[in-house]
Amino acid sequence: MDIKLKIWRQKNATSKGKFEKYALNEINPEMSFLEMLDVLNEQLISSGESPVAFDHDCREGICGTCSLFINGRAHGPDRFVTTCQLHMRRFKHGDTITIEPFRAKAFPVIKDLVVDRASFDRIQQSGGYISVNTSGNTQDANAIPIPKADADLSFEAAACIGCGACVAACKNASAMLFVSAKVSQYALLPQGQVESKRRVKNMVAQMDEEGFGNCTNTGACEIECPKGISLENIARMNREFILG
Amino acid sequence: MSVLKSSILRKVTMALSGLFLVVFLLQHFTINFSSVISPSTFNQWSHFMGYNGLVQFVLQPILVFGIVFHFVMGFILEIQNKKSRGVPYAQFKGSKNASWVSRNMIISGGVVLLFLVLHFIDFWIPEMEHKYLEGSMFNAELIDEQRYYEELVHKFEPYWRVIVYVLSFVFLSMHLYHGFSSSFQTLGLKNSVKKSLLSVTRAFAIVIPLGFIVIALYHHLFSAHHLLYP
Repeated sequence: MDIKLKIWRQKNATSKGKFEKYALNEINPEMSFLEMLDVLNEQLISSGESPVAFDHDCREGICGTCSLFINGRAHGPDRFVTTCQLHMRRFKHGDTITIEPFRAKAFPVIKDLVVDRASFDRIQQSGGYISVNTSGNTQDANAIPIPKADADLSFEAAACIGCGACVAACKNASAMLFVSAKVSQYALLPQGQVESKRRVKNMVAQMDEEGFGNCTNTGACEIECPKGISLENIARMNREFILG
Repeated sequence: MSVLKSSILRKVTMALSGLFLVVFLLQHFTINFSSVISPSTFNQWSHFMGYNGLVQFVLQPILVFGIVFHFVMGFILEIQNKKSRGVPYAQFKGSKNASWVSRNMIISGGVVLLFLVLHFIDFWIPEMEHKYLEGSMFNAELIDEQRYYEELVHKFEPYWRVIVYVLSFVFLSMHLYHGFSSSFQTLGLKNSVKKSLLSVTRAFAIVIPLGFIVIALYHHLFSAHHLLYP
């Protein structure tokens, strides 16, 4: 299949970016989206041009490194799929595919399609942990009985890979789904409940400081989240915050 | 407003002020709908609301504060949200993952704000003039307990005003459709509670504005004619 690409190119964080157009011929529909970009980069390198910078690591949909806003949607057109799990068969011969970086003030562009998501790390560092004294006598977590429903909800929240699709898809660039998933995964378990009040307060304060927008409950984040993190986590975080 | 620094706290105040306005809307609708059923009851209730000390000097200032707060905070949050994006997307398919009403609360809210300006000019300002400039609030001789129905009907005589009101109520309905149920999510209610409330909030968002439309159309089509040509 032949496709046309419209890709955001930006030399570095301070330079002004613009869209560049590329044409790729005879792309195998069974290729992954990132493999298609690999092909493009090989062509660019062989013609002496700078390859397109984009984030990727595991290419198995579990590490949260890949991003990309493809044809107006975070991680492309499919639900519960990261960009690395998207395949070219999802597009048609002759299509023009627009590829942009995840856009948010808190996700500044580093180069081309690579954005700095360290704001998520800082939010996590502000409270996304439990303080356990690892002296060697730490009790096994499995020794504490936890209701199955709570364990399941916590596990579902912990499935968040921190890719930032929620921020990218939200019209307000809000990080509430990400933060709420992190707050929830601990708040639902006895080990996390000890610090739950301090955690939610600190994580929300850090989220605000990073310059993310406010949640207006559109639900876009839930739809675009490749891991299907539920909006219910946001309600839980609000509840924790208000009661805290 | 600088006191409310936390994003969640700001949203909670938006939800609470919104819920307060929903309660006011229900009360306003109940009284207005009585004008369709019984003009004398409408006059009686309107007079009570207009001259009761608690309503006028306690509830009315709270209401004005609630309205101003909801709009000001709404605009502050919208500006902040726009800034949070930074560089806008060249292509953004918002309709693929969220409804139009949820994405455009600022538009529906803005229309309601413009409507409120007209509504205040139509009803509230003449009331304030009558009560405080002409002095009926403090002079029982100037009070006319039967004027309200006639005043209301006269307002709905011109067709342009009816059209503006009907369109505004459509936008109010859109705003309520997302905002009412959304406030419970912001307040952190559990899923089971929210689900049972969803149908109630959506019904409210449709029925109440529709009721206001019926009132405007009824008085334009039937009552105004009777008053002009009894």
